[in-house]
Amino acid sequence: MGKISNQAVLQKLNSRFAENIALPTEPYGLLTFETTKEEIFDVLSFLKEDSELRFNFLTDITAVHYPEADLPIVVVYHLHSFVNNVRVRIKVALDGVNPVIPSATQLWEGANWMERETYDFFGVQFQGHPNLVRILNVDDMTAFPMRKEFPLEDPNRVDKKDFYFGR
Amino acid sequence: MNQPAIVDSQSNRKETLTLNLGPTHPATHGVFQNVLEMDGERIVSGVSTIGYIHRAFEKIAEHRPFYQITPLTDRMNYCSSPINNMGWHMTVEKMLDIQTPKRVDYMRVIVMELARISDHLICNGILGVDTGAYTGFLYLMEQREHIYEIYEEICGARLTTNIGRIGGFERDFNDLAFAKIKKFVKNFGPVLKEFEQLFNRNRIFMDRTVGVAPVTPEVAMNYSWTGPILRATGVDYDVRANEPYSSYEDFDFDVPVGTTGDVYDRYILRNEEMWQSLRIIEQALAKIDKEPKGVFHANVPDFYLPPKEEVYNNMEALIYHFKIVMGEVDTPKTEVYHCVEGGNGELGFYLINDGGRTPYRLHFRRPSFINYQMYAPMSRGMLLSDAIVNMSSLNVIAGELDA
Repeated sequence: MGKISNQAVLQKLNSRFAENIALPTEPYGLLTFETTKEEIFDVLSFLKEDSELRFNFLTDITAVHYPEADLPIVVVYHLHSFVNNVRVRIKVALDGVNPVIPSATQLWEGANWMERETYDFFGVQFQGHPNLVRILNVDDMTAFPMRKEFPLEDPNRVDKKDFYFGR
Repeated sequence: MNQPAIVDSQSNRKETLTLNLGPTHPATHGVFQNVLEMDGERIVSGVSTIGYIHRAFEKIAEHRPFYQITPLTDRMNYCSSPINNMGWHMTVEKMLDIQTPKRVDYMRVIVMELARISDHLICNGILGVDTGAYTGFLYLMEQREHIYEIYEEICGARLTTNIGRIGGFERDFNDLAFAKIKKFVKNFGPVLKEFEQLFNRNRIFMDRTVGVAPVTPEVAMNYSWTGPILRATGVDYDVRANEPYSSYEDFDFDVPVGTTGDVYDRYILRNEEMWQSLRIIEQALAKIDKEPKGVFHANVPDFYLPPKEEVYNNMEALIYHFKIVMGEVDTPKTEVYHCVEGGNGELGFYLINDGGRTPYRLHFRRPSFINYQMYAPMSRGMLLSDAIVNMSSLNVIAGELDA
C-alpha cells in the first residue's frame, strides 16, 4: 500500500500540533483523527505543504449530524497523497446552533463547491468562503435538510410509519 | 436576459449580453444551466446553476437498508451504472469484511469495463456530434446497444441496471451472456479503429479540439479533478492501479496519460482507455475459464438473499430471508471510505454505520460534481462554441452532478 505508514504521519502531526490531534484511529487502514476548528486550517495547510507528506489532493469535504452529542455537527475532510498513496481523514466537531469553521478554499479551489454543498445540507458556515450560497437546493429554502430532525417525507402521512420498518 | 450589446459612441462604454445556456439546451446534453456574460462570441464570465435534478439520494439512503441503496446508485452516472453498483457492493463488503471469490471479482471486472467502454463511447461520440460529425456517433451507438444487450442477459435491465448483490451476483452469467461478451470483444476493436480513423487526424475535428481548454496538472489537482480529464493533463492517477479493488491487481493494463489536458487529449485518452478496457475484458474471460464453474457469490447467508425456492422449502433459508429483509442482522459500528474508478473519476462512498439496518450517513463523492466546478472559471475568455465542446469533453452527467 502506501509508501509512508500511518504511524509516521501521526508522529509528524503530533510533533507539530501536540494535543490538538485527538482520538487517532485506523478504521480499515485509513488514518482518522479529530482536531479543533481553531487548528483545522493549520493542520490542512501543514499536511498539504509538508515536503514529505504531500497530502496535496483534497478528495472530499462533507459533514455528519449527531443530534445527541455536545458538538453535533462533524465536518469530515478526506485528503490524499498521490506521491505516497496514503489517505487521511480529519474530523472537526462543531456547535449545532452556529457551526463556524474556516474555509479551505484558500488551499484548494476544489473546496469551493464541496463547502457550498456542506453548507446547503448542514448549515455549516465556512468563514472566508468567496460565495457561500446554496448549491443543490432551492435558494429560498430555510431548513438544512441533511440534519437528522428534518423528515424524509411529509410528516402528516399516516400510511408510512417508521416503526413498522425500523428507522 | 436578451439585452442587445450596445456600444455607446460617446463614452466608449460597452455593454455585454447575458445569455442563458440551458437548463434545457440541446448542446448541453443534460440539465445544466450556465448564465454567461457574453461580449460578442466571447464569454466574459459565467455562473453555473446546478441542482435541477437533485433527488436527495443521501437523505433517502439514511432510510433504506443496504441492499436497497443499489438502485439509488444506478441513477447517478446512468451512462455507467454497473460501476456505481459494484462500487456500492464493494463498500458494504469492505465494511462487513466479506471476501468475494476470484470468479466473482473477474465477473465484476468484466461488467465494470463494459460500463467504462459504454461511458467513454458516449462521451467521444457526443464530442463528435458537437463538432459537427454525426457519423461516428451512430457507429458507436450500435456498440453501446450490444453492451446493453449483455447487461440485459446478466441482470434483465439496460440503463438502470441494479446488477449484483452484496457478496456477488444474483445469478450466474449464462452461456448466452458469455457468448455475447465474446462476440462484443471480437467486434468492438475494428469499430473503434474505424472511429479513430474518422476522427483522430480529421482536419475539422482537430481544429475544433486541439488547444481548446488546456489544463495544467497543478490546476487540475487544485480543483480536485480525477478520472480521464485529470490523466489528460499528465497525472497518472487511476484508482484501479493505485488502490486495486476487485482483483484489478491480477490484470495487465496501462494507464494512459496526456500532455496538454486539452479537449483533443481527453478524446485520445478516452479512446486509449477503451482499448485498455478491451484488453482487461479479454484477460478476465481467460481467467474465468480457469476458476471453478458456477461460483457467483460469496458464502454470506447473513447478507446474501437465498433463492426463492429455498425460502419456501427450507427452514434456514426462510430464517435468513426474514432476517435480511427485516434488518435483524448485526452490522459493525464503524465508518468506511471506498472508491472505484468510475467513468468520470474517483467515485467514492463514505459510509458511517451505527449497527442498524440502514446507514447512519452515506456520502457519495461524485466526480462529475467536483469536476464541473471548474467549468465556469475555465470558460472565461473562451468562444461559446469552444465552451460547448469543452463541456462535452468533461463528460458531466446530470444525474451524478446533482445526486
